[in-house]
Amino acid sequence: MDIKEIQEDIIAEFSMFDDWMQRYEYMIELGKSLPLIEETYKTDDNIIKGCQSKVWVHAELETDKLVFTADSDAIITKGIIAILIRAFSNQKPKDIIEADTLFIDKIGLKEHLSPTRANGLVSMIKQLKLYAVAYQTQLK
Amino acid sequence: MKDVAQIRADFPILSRTVNGQPLVYLDNAATSQTPQQVIDVIVDYYSRYNANIHRGVHALSQEATDAYEQARQKIQQHFNIAASREVIFTSGTTHSINIVANGFTTLLQKGDELLVSAMEHHSNIVPWQMLCERTGATLKVIPMNREGELRMDVYHELLSENTKLVFCNHISNALGTINPIEKIIEVAHAVEAAVVIDGAQAAPHVKADLQALDVDFYTVSAHKLCGPTGVGMLYGKSEWLAKLPPYQGGGEMIAEVTFEKTTYADLPHKFEAGTPNICGGIAFGAALDYLNGIGLTEIAAYEASLLAYATEELLKIAGLKIYGTAAHKTAVISFNIEGIHPYDIGTILDKLGIAVRTGHHCAQPIMDFYQIPGTVRASFSFYNTKEEIDALVAAVERARKMLS
Repeated sequence: MDIKEIQEDIIAEFSMFDDWMQRYEYMIELGKSLPLIEETYKTDDNIIKGCQSKVWVHAELETDKLVFTADSDAIITKGIIAILIRAFSNQKPKDIIEADTLFIDKIGLKEHLSPTRANGLVSMIKQLKLYAVAYQTQLK
Repeated sequence: MKDVAQIRADFPILSRTVNGQPLVYLDNAATSQTPQQVIDVIVDYYSRYNANIHRGVHALSQEATDAYEQARQKIQQHFNIAASREVIFTSGTTHSINIVANGFTTLLQKGDELLVSAMEHHSNIVPWQMLCERTGATLKVIPMNREGELRMDVYHELLSENTKLVFCNHISNALGTINPIEKIIEVAHAVEAAVVIDGAQAAPHVKADLQALDVDFYTVSAHKLCGPTGVGMLYGKSEWLAKLPPYQGGGEMIAEVTFEKTTYADLPHKFEAGTPNICGGIAFGAALDYLNGIGLTEIAAYEASLLAYATEELLKIAGLKIYGTAAHKTAVISFNIEGIHPYDIGTILDKLGIAVRTGHHCAQPIMDFYQIPGTVRASFSFYNTKEEIDALVAAVERARKMLS
């Protein structure tokens, strides 16, 4: 599936929830269940320090696709990371560069991507794109 | 104290909803809400007599100047300051501290020592670190104990004839601790060190008598005491203010300007370059009138009852730990629940209409001391109620269940 199709899937899943409680409970479950990054990659080099929560991101190229792993010390942030990774990981760098994050608005989590929220997520998305740009150059 | 329902009616913002829930505003240590009486003063200023002050000969300018200078006198009286020239209008506590830190650049030298308390807001740490970089002076830290009280025994040991400045908050923003500033000032003066007290958190809860305290500098932000943002006060003893060079150059702060040499205006104008926040200054005065109308003694007593009730109720929640359990503290509760990140709790509380602050509260050294990423901080004001505390406790319990 391409990024757009995955994002549409996520929007469809979230549309089944009646209220914020269910959405957040789902995100918390996502945050708890996923092993998002190997401990060896939780280094200072991979850290994005938000004012509120920390985020770690690691990227690896597998043939022509970029695979992301990430983590956060806050569970709700981690849940959103899980959603972002589902959409952006295992995709071609070119597609990652071109993709947007409007689907986060559509599933009612816009506030978490506000630059003033200082949870590290905005910087994380920027970092995902930077990795994509770097590996795109490498692939060429 | 006056009936809290009546008081709440003065604050239009308290009747709004957030995320479909009635607002429960418990972020008062970050900023307080504004009563209609103060809002009216702001509207009146811009509707009737908005003009630049001090230089105009026209009626509006005179009216604005009178109102602004009256506000300065209100501040002087409220804090029992000897002379109105010792009241410098600033943009707030951060600005006030920077004026002093900048001023001491020419008064310090290598080998001089500055003492800072371990529970300071970054605004009362960083300007002094910058001062040390400029002058070669050294910054030493007065530690605190697990309860969040300053180690006065260590403070005594740190003081020496090399100590030139001591700075400390009157009340800690992150922990609520009321520091023994009377004692801190007294012993600092014994070695002839000047003392700067950050009164930002204290001003809405405690009526400080600055002459009785014999403090050298004291800072206040209006937005913490029901006034507007962007205005505050620096108090300095006139002998100190005379010694410090101006912070910013510009209009208003000069006596005479030629291209060869400029002479500076007398106090307080020497430190008030440019057009000030005129409306803000007037509203600052109105906010003090409002608080005095209710009475700071009454406010302190009521808030103490809120603190006792909230502490008791919150501690019933499994795994909840309070940081800052000083014997003398104001109505601030910093807490965490074991195994749960404060940001997650804050996010769920917001969904339930409850405004608290999460994070390091601009006091990272305190978080490092407790080895935690941050806390959830609920800070109460005289317009908060026991019912709001019940709502907080229920919401924290709900967040705990969702997150654990």
